[in-house]
Amino acid sequence: MELYKLTAHELHDKLVNKEISSVELTNACFARIDEVEDQVKAYVTLDREGALAQAAKVDAKIAAGEAIAPLAGVPGAIKDNISTKGLRTTCSSKMLDNFIPIFDAHVIKNLRADETIFLGKTNLDEFAMGSTTEHSFYGPSHNPWDLSRVPGGSSGGSAAAIAACEAIWTLGSDTGGSIRQPASFNGCVGIKPTYGRVSRYGCVAFASSLDQIGPITKDVTDAAIVLNTICGNDKMDSTSLDVAVPDFTKALVSDVKGLKIGLPKEYFGEGIDAKVKEQIQMAIKKYEELGAEIVEVSLPHTEYAVITYYIIAPAEASANLARFDGVRYGYRNAEAVSAPEMTTLSRTEGFGAEVRRRIMLGNYVLSTGYYDAYYKKAMQVRTLIRKDFEEAFKQCDVLLTPTSPVTAYPIDGKMDPLAIYMLDVTTIPVNMAGLPGISIPCGFADGLPVGMQIIGKPLDEETVLRAAYTFEQATEFHKAIAPLGGNK
Amino acid sequence: MKVTAEDVRHIATLSRLTVPEAEMEKFTEQFNQIINYADILQQIDTTDIEPTAHVLPVANVLREDVVQEGVAHEDAMKNAPAVHNDGFKVPRVIE
Repeated sequence: MELYKLTAHELHDKLVNKEISSVELTNACFARIDEVEDQVKAYVTLDREGALAQAAKVDAKIAAGEAIAPLAGVPGAIKDNISTKGLRTTCSSKMLDNFIPIFDAHVIKNLRADETIFLGKTNLDEFAMGSTTEHSFYGPSHNPWDLSRVPGGSSGGSAAAIAACEAIWTLGSDTGGSIRQPASFNGCVGIKPTYGRVSRYGCVAFASSLDQIGPITKDVTDAAIVLNTICGNDKMDSTSLDVAVPDFTKALVSDVKGLKIGLPKEYFGEGIDAKVKEQIQMAIKKYEELGAEIVEVSLPHTEYAVITYYIIAPAEASANLARFDGVRYGYRNAEAVSAPEMTTLSRTEGFGAEVRRRIMLGNYVLSTGYYDAYYKKAMQVRTLIRKDFEEAFKQCDVLLTPTSPVTAYPIDGKMDPLAIYMLDVTTIPVNMAGLPGISIPCGFADGLPVGMQIIGKPLDEETVLRAAYTFEQATEFHKAIAPLGGNK
Repeated sequence: MKVTAEDVRHIATLSRLTVPEAEMEKFTEQFNQIINYADILQQIDTTDIEPTAHVLPVANVLREDVVQEGVAHEDAMKNAPAVHNDGFKVPRVIE
């Protein structure tokens, strides 16, 4: 049996029933990684020793007849911008190539408490800035559905690892779509929780008002299981919400009768690939068959969301990345003869081109004379984008859109930055409004996965999960296994 | 072009970065492409619209000021690129 192909909830049952051991399962995952990783390049760092030691502990616990948590002994992987104590955390940047964190992120603490297994750290666009995973110091990851194509990004390594069965579950982070878009490109499930649901402590900050950690998994049930572990209030993140965390697996009810699904008309306009649109329309039909009520709604400021994001996110990033000065940690140019020169050279050599571009964009829109015209204006438009959603949710329970207007595109770096930025139009508004959003597989276009996004009201992950679960139960798309084909 | 190569050099200085002269033309062009696109925001009337810096209605989060263990000195130095006398070593700051 190919254990690495199973889901976390299936494997939990097998562990508890003593059909398999966690060491056996962890070894199976590493054997799979050894088989395909040179084609996929999902990982930056592997931790065989740590993973197997943890697996042995869980096995001892099971042997002793003790109860284990749902993720105990089930191997996952962590996006490499999430701090893991003692395990290199690079953000896929030369800047942090040698960085060994001295503390765990809140989510990692929670996962460790549940005795899960970390296989390693996954590749991303440097500091999570990008939509392709091409902007990694360690080189691009490849899409297991067609190795010549991007896995999306910035959590491209986490999604590719799931699609290639190189991990059972993974964590990503999502600032403008970085969980949902790669989930869509790789035929996985990816959920960005409501802003504040998950502590950002230990997630290397990109844009603090937008960043949120979430799972990328093989099915909706696993997404709910990971959410159960990572959500919750944390004193170390003052934006973490002090609200009760429901048992998200209780929301996994296959029933959408009477559920009102809104279709924002702006998401079905010109920019959408015709084949993607066709798959989404078939998904909408499926929901109608299942008893949901479809209503058309409008989010009139959608066309302004991308540029608003590309003002706000770089502005926040420019401040967050000011900490990389070559003094206390990170890359340093050793030849500089003065401290200011050392900082400038360390940053110029330590950061890649896209990160430098965004830092400079951010400092530009925050600088004297441009603050009101760009940054303040963008924050006002952000208010309008939020209000659009508030209005839309008066008419429906969830919104349904394509996760991305396109399927995975070739790795060739031929698109200019603005053209790539524009493709984030379907995911960015959700971060701007702080809402929960999931991407689930809903079909294929020319052999490449198509993802559908379901957006919920603030803190209503449960309805989002229920809608996603109901569709998943009625379809087979999530069961398809990537062929690891195409031309690399 | 709105943003000139001179502006780019100035922003680079503010950002403690340099843009290699060989890349300046392409960089300036791409920078302008994005900034010019931002002008579509001027089409929107935002009179009396409150800016959103944060989506949550959170205020300051306060806690009791109690003494607790901080980061150990040894840990804090672990990732330092250069160390001297238990401190972070840097090149000369003042001439």
